Amino acid sequence: MTTTATDKPRQLSASQLARRRRMAAWKRTWGQFRRHRSGMLGLVILVFFVAVALLAPLIASSSGLDVTKANGPVLAPPSSDYVLGTDENGRSVLTLLIWGARVSLFVGLLATLISMVIGTLVGLISGYFGGWVGRITFRLTEWFLTIPFLPLAIVMSTVLGRGLFNIVIVIGVTSWPGTALLIRSQTLSIRERAYVERAQAIGAGRWHQLGRHVLPNVMPMVFANTTLTVAIAILTETTLSFLGLGDPTRVSWGTMLNGAYEAGAITTGCWWYVVPPGVCVVLVVLAFTLIGQALEEVLNPRLRARR
Amino acid sequence: MTLAAADPGLVTAESEPEVRPRRRGYASYVGLKVLGSIGSLFFMLVVNFFLFRVLPGDPAHTLGRGRLSTEAQVEAFNKTYGLQQPVWQQFLTFLHNTFTGQLGISVQYRLPVSQLIADRMVPTILLVGTSTILATVIGVYLGIRGAWGRGSRFDKVTTGTSLTLYAMPEWWLGLLLIAALGVGFWIFPGVFPTGGLHSPDVDPNSLKGVLDTTWHLVLPVTTLTLAYLADYSLIMRSSLLDELGEDYLQTARAKGLRDIQVRNRHAVRNALLPTTTIVALNIGFVVSGAITVETVFSIPGLGLLATDAIQVPDFWVLQGTFLVASAGVIFANLIANLLYGLLDPRVRT
Repeated sequence: MTTTATDKPRQLSASQLARRRRMAAWKRTWGQFRRHRSGMLGLVILVFFVAVALLAPLIASSSGLDVTKANGPVLAPPSSDYVLGTDENGRSVLTLLIWGARVSLFVGLLATLISMVIGTLVGLISGYFGGWVGRITFRLTEWFLTIPFLPLAIVMSTVLGRGLFNIVIVIGVTSWPGTALLIRSQTLSIRERAYVERAQAIGAGRWHQLGRHVLPNVMPMVFANTTLTVAIAILTETTLSFLGLGDPTRVSWGTMLNGAYEAGAITTGCWWYVVPPGVCVVLVVLAFTLIGQALEEVLNPRLRARR
Repeated sequence: MTLAAADPGLVTAESEPEVRPRRRGYASYVGLKVLGSIGSLFFMLVVNFFLFRVLPGDPAHTLGRGRLSTEAQVEAFNKTYGLQQPVWQQFLTFLHNTFTGQLGISVQYRLPVSQLIADRMVPTILLVGTSTILATVIGVYLGIRGAWGRGSRFDKVTTGTSLTLYAMPEWWLGLLLIAALGVGFWIFPGVFPTGGLHSPDVDPNSLKGVLDTTWHLVLPVTTLTLAYLADYSLIMRSSLLDELGEDYLQTARAKGLRDIQVRNRHAVRNALLPTTTIVALNIGFVVSGAITVETVFSIPGLGLLATDAIQVPDFWVLQGTFLVASAGVIFANLIANLLYGLLDPRVRT
């Protein structure tokens, strides 16, 4: 960090310097993260599932999803033709699983993006601005936090109707309050630091202070929290789809489990239709949780030490 | 000083470090919390009102889906529910109806929603209550043992199991338990009933009926307990780990107290405080879990009532169960906050 700054001092503008410093900080974080065993385990699992989701058209033909083209036996146990057996329509469970990864991950990530944007904005505003703006946004967050999450999500998706983007919106809009509270408490402590005060003394406006000084320092926590939120978003997508609120035209792990439940796979002992989708959900959620915890552990002491 | 002011929680971090915040009496703390809960309740009613009336566009269409065909019917419907009035007047009507228990008529059952909810309340309370108590007690115990022997085999196994359980949708765990212990697998016969609250031929009010219901509740309660125990054990573990470095433990040891006394009388007492908050905040999640677990085990509670209403869709029932669930969570949070104020006077600032 300091060596690059002294090597070519004249060619670097302030923003370039800041960027370099940030890059170095990320690199340091990665170095620490790499030594975190459970975090790395989570990363490996996640990379595997992301690769499967991205390569789905190459691994399994999408024609395997079409109910009308399915020609396998109904609810057949695993065999050499169908490694994980078939569903009630004679489709290969493995194909469904591979394509389900796409929808589950997509919904989880997009919903998290919405939730993070709302949560970070509300958290920053309620933490940075005092007075009635701060108080109202804080109350709003607290109130939202007391409304039970799943009933609200169920009601919203019933009202909005079934569909991929509706489910994304529902999860995104219902899961932000936790993030907002976290960001708020971070903002409160950063607001009191010397460099923010100094910026204010030089005459920096509120939005400049927020964007240039508070936000970059809150970002690491946002990042760690994001991975934990993805875990919750994926779990929620699975639950809503299981309850029959998922997009009926697309296969996700949740809609597979809904199909298995409706087809009576539990009582007839068709374990190959019930166990694999659940295991995939557990693995992906576990991966995000492990990564999130490792990130928190890596980032938190650094934040404290900087004070 | 600064530390003490910033420590008790996220909420009080605003207080100025120079001025020692005045400590309120318990009575005014209670008043403040009750006011806060009333605020939450009101907010929840507003959300409810707008979700069902304004968002979907034409309420006559959504609320009476499929049943109102002619113009005259739609008009009559609008009149019954005062839908031609301005929004603020509708809201007042809604408030009046809610507080007098008029929650509409179920499309599916042709019964008042308030009556349906009253009938379905007991199984849910039984399920949520038992599971919360069991999950808290077992989770806290595991968390304490894990943190005190940090890095031990016990710690590693419980942390790993807790994380896996945490990552599991609770209803999927329920499905697995039904398949394994209810239906039976391979050479093992099923032992437990696969669903319902009691056998059809037993009178639920007799002693035999009570035992029968208990037997039926074993699997669902186990499912919810396992699902939420993970949360509590992880939180208890981390909050006890935070206490481990504190000086007062050193002092306690220097006094010559036995290890178990240091743990139970000093460390655990302080570590329990954050866990109390989480247990309270989590009641909302347990209610959510109860919805899916009741569905999977076909237990005739509020959760099953709500999920049955999804497919119809029976909006009055959905609105009613949402109201009751939210009000229940707000009430539980209030109780927990009041308890917390008794346990830890620092939060009364």
